[in-house]
This record gives sequence, structure tokens and C-alpha cells, in this order.
Amino acid sequence: MVEEKVVYQRPDALCDVPTHYCPGCTHGVAHRLVAEVIDELGVRGRTIGVSPVGCAVFAYQYFDMDGAEAAHGRAPAMATGIKRVMPDHVVFTYQGDGDLAAIGIAEIIHAATRGENITTIFINNAIYGMTGGQMAPTTLPGQRTTSSPSGRDVELTGYPIRMAELLAGMPGAAYVARQSLHSVKEINRAKRAIATAFKAQLAGLGFSMVELLSSCPTNWKLTPPEALAWVEQVMVPYYPLGEYKVTDEVRALTRKQG
Amino acid sequence: MTIELLKGNVALAEAAIRAGVEAYFGYPITPQTELLEHMAKRMPELGRAFVQAESEVAAINMVYGAACTGVRTMTSSSSPGISLMQEGLSYIAGSEVPAVIVDIMRGGPGLGNIQPSQSDYFQVTRSAGHGDYHPIVLAPASVQEAIDLMTEAFDLADKYRHVVYVVADGLLGQMMEPAELPPMQPLRKERAGWALTGSEGREKRIITSLQLNAPDLEAVNLRLQFKLAEIRKREQRSTEMLTENVRLVVVGYGTAGRIAETAVKRAREDGMKVGLFRPITLWPFPERRLSALADQVDAFLVVEMNAGQMLDDVRLAAGGQVPVSFVGRMGGVVPVPEEIYDKIEEIYVKLPVRVR
Amino acid sequence: MAKGRIEIREDRCKGCTLCALACPQGVIVMASDHVNAKGYYPAMLNDAEGKCTGCAICAVACPDVCITVYRQVPAKTRPSAAV
Repeated sequence: MVEEKVVYQRPDALCDVPTHYCPGCTHGVAHRLVAEVIDELGVRGRTIGVSPVGCAVFAYQYFDMDGAEAAHGRAPAMATGIKRVMPDHVVFTYQGDGDLAAIGIAEIIHAATRGENITTIFINNAIYGMTGGQMAPTTLPGQRTTSSPSGRDVELTGYPIRMAELLAGMPGAAYVARQSLHSVKEINRAKRAIATAFKAQLAGLGFSMVELLSSCPTNWKLTPPEALAWVEQVMVPYYPLGEYKVTDEVRALTRKQG
Repeated sequence: MTIELLKGNVALAEAAIRAGVEAYFGYPITPQTELLEHMAKRMPELGRAFVQAESEVAAINMVYGAACTGVRTMTSSSSPGISLMQEGLSYIAGSEVPAVIVDIMRGGPGLGNIQPSQSDYFQVTRSAGHGDYHPIVLAPASVQEAIDLMTEAFDLADKYRHVVYVVADGLLGQMMEPAELPPMQPLRKERAGWALTGSEGREKRIITSLQLNAPDLEAVNLRLQFKLAEIRKREQRSTEMLTENVRLVVVGYGTAGRIAETAVKRAREDGMKVGLFRPITLWPFPERRLSALADQVDAFLVVEMNAGQMLDDVRLAAGGQVPVSFVGRMGGVVPVPEEIYDKIEEIYVKLPVRVR
Repeated sequence: MAKGRIEIREDRCKGCTLCALACPQGVIVMASDHVNAKGYYPAMLNDAEGKCTGCAICAVACPDVCITVYRQVPAKTRPSAAV
């Protein structure tokens, strides 16, 4: 006699609705990982998500939990306001590279240096997606976008910002990692990092962020598989993966669970 | 209760604390910083949230966050900082969450200076961020009135789920006067039905000012306009002095209104039939009472510490029935009663013979 | 070898092909004879020989949570008065 068991399905924390993301865009993967971690930690009922302005502006429609929509770049400030009056709740921001590393870089740096007990999921796809493919602070040298049409010229526009390394230097940051979504192996690694970040928050250890290298087939003008290959071959060398800040307390947390 | 000698900024802060504010987010800027300093000391003592943000932009968005959870929350700043808060205010208004903001106005435009001014009138009543809406704007003229209006600001914000300004100027913020603080209100435990408190045991709630579908956004705007009409109908406030059978009424709010009072009294002593009208709500502007006065007087004289901004509202309220003239100082210069008296006299002698 | 099966929500699939490329057994193909309501060629299970092991790699790769994965497990032999 043989039984059939479900081994993988949509996590409860993710609404059963289609998303507006483009085919092959790994925003959808990131959403699912966050939802899976929140379900596994059993905190959905007391979690509040803060959506950015950018492709993920509708993130609150996709997460089945309370959510708020922040002004462009201000999610970390909004999350601070929420967390400070509801310290026993889990608060996270979900932001893109234009939102976090351009207009909102002051807010993210100060949330980190204040050791704000929130978690930030930072999607780095090296471009402004929602507005149709402009150069972002994370756009790579030579990368063509609609606002760097002949390829990003660092002489004129300066260099892409490595946010994980930048925030790792903040004393208030307890856990900062950069992972990628360009393969199943990396996706699983990304999920572990996201879990660690939320656990750091639950343990009250301070600010946590996971930067996720993510694809943008539409604006990179690549097919979904080519876009993932581009992440691996072009982005990862400039944005090395790994855990950039792991305080002893956070390490103790993860070692306990093995 | 006891009468104390209180500085305006400190009185505003303590009044907010007694009104049960649970979260304060601010940024240093003269001439309002004592408000932030008082909060820095008192809020942690009371186990409430206090953050000095990295900028006014961050501060207003922290207020927005806290407001979304249904607690009483506020910020305070001065003219340049208020300019930075415009976008945040528009989001707060668009998503209809209650918030209180204090503006201790200073000389502008630009860095301007730190002297008292009223040149933010348009900014706070008209263009408080993009989109069709007006915040409620309360304008005290004394430390006691600042305390009273601060207390009311939170009630109005909750009642209408709206942005409420308490505006004064550097003079009121910095000066000390005898005043009495209300008793401490208990913090509210229950949260409104729209507040983000975690979806445990209920459907999730979303607070956003984003409505990509135009008819949906129009519906939000129609609701906002209905609310503003209600506020206009119910919340117009003003006070007046010596306005029975007078020929000229001086109109001024806050510090300017208070200085004008001295000039009006002197003019009365010198036989001129002059009165004073002092708006307390700048939005909704007390147009009903003012247009009623317009039937009985021959002219208005508006006194402001700017180039003439409330002047427009007085003209609108007067509806062209009588001439409206203006006297004011800019750049942080505070007018003295003599200047206003001279203008009263100049106008009074030229008033047309009473025709009625 | 474990035996598995997947269900793909054709209406949600955006035809991005990532699951098909990720599947170690190569039993996912992109439809070519029909499109879904959004006009995408959806992914489909094509596993006549039953090679799917229920490893769920496809579901992990899918950005749109279209795939539910089942695996056959030997039924537990229940003791007679278990309940």
C-alpha cells in the first residue's frame, strides 16, 4: 500500500493570488522564501511587513499578514516607527535597490546603526525595474540601462554600492548577509540566511539584513535563464556572496539549531 | 492644578505627553528643539517611544509607521524641516491615519533665520504635500492656548483620522508664560479597527495610499473631500474682541494677533471704533464668522508676520464686500504695536462715510 | 527510487522555463500547442515513465509558486487499535 504525501506547496503566509512580476523575475522566489520562514517560525499573526516603492510595491498584496506601504526609500523609518511602539511584533521591510541604496540609503544606514530590531530583505537586481530599466546605485560598470544607454560610465556616475559590506560595518547590525537567487542551491542558501535574520530579530539582537541578488529579465533584455546566468557570471563577481556580519549571539542562535 | 512658568516648546511637549502621545519622532532645528529635548527626557521615563531621527524626512515616516498601528504619535519641527516632511504628510493624509505635527515657524525662505515668522501659512494650510487635501491647522497665541490646542489636536486627529498641525512661531516657542497643564490621560489600550496590530485571529489589514486604479483613488478622494467638508462645517474656530458696532476690524492670528490686540486697544482709547478678530483654526479658516462681520464693518486690516498669506483667506471671506488691507513684517522681524496702530489710523481716517 | 508527482497551476505559469531547466529528470516541458489565459505557454509534467522523484527542485526554482509536489511513501502499517 502506498500513500501520496505533499512535500512542497505554497506557504500559508503567501496569498493564493497571481503576482504582477514579470516571467522569471525572482522577486517571486524572494517573497516565497520570506513567507516560508515566517510560517516556519510561526509568527505570521504578529508580523507586519513594510513594502517599498518599486516593483515590490504590491508586496503587501502577496503576504497574508498586516502590511503598510512606505514612501520611496522610507521603509526602514516606517518600520522603526512600527517596531518602537510594538516591540513584541515582528517587523520587516522588503526593498529594492533603488528604494534602499539610492533615495533611502540614509534611512537604512541609520536603522542599522541604531540597531533597530527589524529585518530588511533587500532585492539587488542592478536596475530600477518598475520605472522601466534605469540605472540604479547597484548598476554595474558598463551595464546598459535606459539612463546609461551607452553603458554605465563610472567616470560620470561613480561606482555601484556594495550594501552588505557597508551595513556590516554598522555596530548596530547583528546579521548582514548577501545571497543570490540564481540557482536552486543558492535559493536554499538564501532561505537559511533569511531564517537567521528573522531569528536574530526574534532574539532581539538588533538590525538584520539579507541582500538577495535577483534577476530582471525584462529590463536586462534577457530570457529568464539567461538572466539567472547573468546574475551568476556578472553580478556575483562584483557582489560576492556570504555572511558579512554575524555577531557571536547570532552565531550561537544558529549553532543551537544545527 | 498648578500654574507654572512654562516655555512654549516645553508646554507643547508636556501637553502632548499628558494627551497620551505614545511615540515622538523628531529632529533638532531651532526654534523648536526644546520640544524634542523635553521628549528625549520624558518619553523614556514613561516607557514611551522616542527617536531622534536622521532627518525630518525619516522622522515623519516614523510617525507614519507608528500612526499605522493606531497609537497617538507626533513630530515637531520648524519651517525648513516642515518642508522636508511634505511628502510624508501627504502619505499620512492619503492613508487616513491620525498624526499631529507641530510647526514652530521661523524666517524664510531658504535657511532664512531663526527669528519668529508666519511665512509657512500657505505651506501648512494649502500645500502640505501633494494631492487634494488640507490638514487641520490650529494656531495658539499664548502658552496656555498652546497647551489647550495641543491636547485637542490629538482628539481631532483621532476623530477625523487626519493630519493636525499646531503652528506657532519662534517667539511663542521660546517665551515663558504662566500656564496650567492638564492631568495625565491614561494611554489607550484598545486600537482602532483599521490599525495594524498583527493579523492573528482576523483578516489581514493593509494601510496604503496607493490606488493604481483611478476610480478607486477618486473614491478615496471623494471620501477625503467629504471629511474636509465636515471639518469645515464643524471645526471653524476664532475669537474676537471689541467687534460690536465698529468700522474697522483687525485680523491676526498667533503672535501677530496678540500684538495687534495692543494696537487695537490703544486705537479704541483714541476714539477709533476698531475691533480685533483672531482666527484659532487656520484651516478650516473661520470664514463664516468673518463674512458675518463683513456685513457690519467698513474694512478689514490683516496683520501678519509674512508678505500677506492669510490675507487671501480674509479677502475670500470678505467676499469683496469691504476693502481688505494689510500690514506686516517679513524675515523674522516682529512688528511692534505702534506700526499696527499707525496703519489702523491711516486706514480709519480714509474710511468712507458710513452709508448704511 | 522514490516516486513523485507534481501539479502545475497552468493559469499561474508565466512560461519562464526555469522549472523545466532545473528538473534533474528532465520531465518538465513547455507546452507548445496551447497557451494559458495570460497568453503564456505553460510548463507541463511529461513523465510517462514515472521518473519524477518528488525532489521539489522545480517548485523551489519556480518564481510564481505554481508547483505542488507529491511523493509516494510506504503506508505506515497501523497497529490494530492505534486511535
